[in-house]
Amino acid sequence: MAAAVRSMNKMYGVCFNAARQTTGPKASRLLQRRAFRVAGVHRQQPFDSSLEKPQFPGASAEFVDQLEFIQPNVISGIPVYRVMDRQGNIINPSQDPQLPKETVLNFYQKMTLLNTMDRILYESQRQGRISFYMTNYGEEGTHIGSAAALDPSDIVFGQYREAGVLMYRGFPLDKFMAQCYANADDLGKGRQMPVHYGSKDLNFVTISSPLATQIPQAAGAAYALKRENMNRAVICYFGEGAASEGDAHAGFNFSATLECPLIFFCRNNGYAISTPTNEQYRGDGIAARGPGYGMLSIRVDGNDVFAVYNATKEARRRAVAENQPFLIEAMTYRIGHHSTSDDSSAYRSVDEVNYWDKQDHPISRLRHYMTARNWWSEDDERSWRKQSRKTVMEAFENAEKRLKPNVELMFTDVYQEMTPNLKNQRESMWRHVKQYKEHYPLDLYEK
Amino acid sequence: MAAAARFFVRGARSKLPISGVVPGPRSSFAAALLKLSPGSSSRTQRRHAAHFTFQADPEPTQYGPTTKMNMFQSVTSALDHTLASDPTAVIFGEDVAFGGVFRCTVGLRDKYGKDRVFNTPLCEQGIVGFGIGAAVAGATAIAEIQFADYIYPAFDQIVNEAAKYRYRSGNLFDCGSLTIRAPWGCVGHGSLYHSQSPEAFFAHCPGIKVVIPRSPVQAKGLLLSCIADQNPCIFFEPKILYRAAVEQVPVESYTIPLSQAEVLQEGSDVTLVAWGTQIHVLREVANMAQEKLGVSCELIDLQTILPWDVETVCKVAARISACLTDISQWMSAHHLKINSDKTELLLFPGKDLLTQDLTVNFGNSVLTPTLTAKNLGVTLDSQLSLTPNITATTRSCRYTLYTEMMERAL
Repeated sequence: MAAAVRSMNKMYGVCFNAARQTTGPKASRLLQRRAFRVAGVHRQQPFDSSLEKPQFPGASAEFVDQLEFIQPNVISGIPVYRVMDRQGNIINPSQDPQLPKETVLNFYQKMTLLNTMDRILYESQRQGRISFYMTNYGEEGTHIGSAAALDPSDIVFGQYREAGVLMYRGFPLDKFMAQCYANADDLGKGRQMPVHYGSKDLNFVTISSPLATQIPQAAGAAYALKRENMNRAVICYFGEGAASEGDAHAGFNFSATLECPLIFFCRNNGYAISTPTNEQYRGDGIAARGPGYGMLSIRVDGNDVFAVYNATKEARRRAVAENQPFLIEAMTYRIGHHSTSDDSSAYRSVDEVNYWDKQDHPISRLRHYMTARNWWSEDDERSWRKQSRKTVMEAFENAEKRLKPNVELMFTDVYQEMTPNLKNQRESMWRHVKQYKEHYPLDLYEK
Repeated sequence: MAAAARFFVRGARSKLPISGVVPGPRSSFAAALLKLSPGSSSRTQRRHAAHFTFQADPEPTQYGPTTKMNMFQSVTSALDHTLASDPTAVIFGEDVAFGGVFRCTVGLRDKYGKDRVFNTPLCEQGIVGFGIGAAVAGATAIAEIQFADYIYPAFDQIVNEAAKYRYRSGNLFDCGSLTIRAPWGCVGHGSLYHSQSPEAFFAHCPGIKVVIPRSPVQAKGLLLSCIADQNPCIFFEPKILYRAAVEQVPVESYTIPLSQAEVLQEGSDVTLVAWGTQIHVLREVANMAQEKLGVSCELIDLQTILPWDVETVCKVAARISACLTDISQWMSAHHLKINSDKTELLLFPGKDLLTQDLTVNFGNSVLTPTLTAKNLGVTLDSQLSLTPNITATTRSCRYTLYTEMMERAL
């Protein structure tokens, strides 16, 4: 790892500031008043034209007298960190996080429960019961591994394919369903399309459809948490496609210059709807952009839940201790379609999808790890599958039966207070509905 | 982007001593060069007078002791109070650390610390996005956009994110403690990109508030209201008033309510509605209209563009209510009585009727106008004013009754 970083330094000719690389004070579980470091980068020494060093305020490199363009290295770029091989065997025992059995079982159960819920809700969209759905097939490892490495008080800004993070934190099945069905139990009051989850209690900021808008917001939230000084971090998830947005550049730059305790977690799953990565970027993925912003970066095998766990855990510890952002690029593969509105056979082969589904899947790799330790048997698998299917189906059936939210909720929360024109609109709506009630299915809505 | 804009303003009939600042360090070589071209002085273009004269309001007495401040100083004062009273408040944007290109944040970094008043990289979408995130996490975030002309990169964050944060999350999350400030409006020499007034682009975006003050006293009070308001607010500051507008401004903290238009001058013939710099132009216009045309103008400062105070401007409900009172008095004078409980109000919306759904207070009841009426008695149209237009009204009533009679006969 250090060798890779050093060679990268040479490649980009970047001189990392020494102050930044020192590890902060030993991670303490207790709350401690950390000295608030602002503008940690040391300023330029006073100008001296007798020295042969460059005096420019903008960069502190050496002079060179050979004309040479720095070659962007995309052939052997930033290496991919992993703990398990594709068969679930630990490669380097020092990297095994050696999590207790219950924790690992929980990882597995959460990943498979997510998978089961995805199957059922995808099917329910096909049957016309919900309007839209997005599955998480193949990316369960990125969700569970990173979620497990965070504190419950850390704030999560997501994009739309992070339901596993919310599930790991304990969001109940019926609340997932309520949001997808937009029924009266939806915490979001039935206002958004399915999979736009949010939970204040679980510190998961409500998803919004525009891509990458959450990235600079995460930087701002992290800055506010830094000032609060309560040992909390922010994690911001996005895909490799969203990383092309201007907001992503803004978020990276702000978090680095303003020294925010923040983890950027990029799920590089190979596709942005139909656009493959070679049409999304020409450089060495997203991780290679981090050093350009002065950010510590790593690329991990997103299908290896322990690699994701280790990287996130260390990034979180250091982000809070040293008040700086970290960039984790988790390489994975989007096994499912982009959404229920997509048919990915139009732009990729079934063989490609099958490879990832059958031969490099986060769930099966973890399963091999567990069975090798006799923590999980065929019987366990059978009974767990049955049980998870049952709980999902129960939640599903209950969600279907629930009424929709009260119609008045169309008009609230636009502002904190109800404005006169919204009151007028609401009264106008009721007058209209009262007059033409045979055209409006009011019985489906909560009173 | 422009460096600190300094401008040369000469008000023709100005009572206030507005000093001009000539830009740039003067080298003697340049001065000599300027002097050496003799014949050019007659052809040299002189900067013309500003298009308006700032008119100060009378010193306010209800907010405590006052001191002389111009508009950027009143903004600094509002920000100072905010940083002092709210430990989570932070101010950020391009160049705010040294005091800002318009000096609105002078002294605040030294007084409150580098972590509270800081520069951001040059990226408006980042500034607003960062501000939204800070507000979501509980801080009072005051973001500065260097010129309103550069707010457009942040349009997505403002319209798609800030405005909708509370609604889309079912009130689980909001960025109500975000305020965005930007210098606004023409300054004479600003051309396309230092003169814009983009409030119309935001005026139809539910979820945000847009506020524009006309003077230092208004600026401080409205800015403090925006900061306190638990909805994301955009506060446009007329840049030409930063130095030119000087008033006695209260020293203490005070708020001026949002969404309440202020009637600066009452009139009966025409209503003039304006905000920001243009108020001072329309003050002159109202005087000229009175002198030269004998027209009595009502002048209203809208102040809050969104949500705007429809009732103060349109006064539709108030006028209908006053008219019904007129009718009721006329009827009493003729030994008749109007039964307010059984009164139905039939509304024929004129093309300028801005509120379709009114509630009119009449006597002890509240009438809601409808487009159909059960018992046809007196029909009134929306252009109401019974006393002067009684003939026209009776004519339209008679016509309506006649038409109804013809239809019933069929």
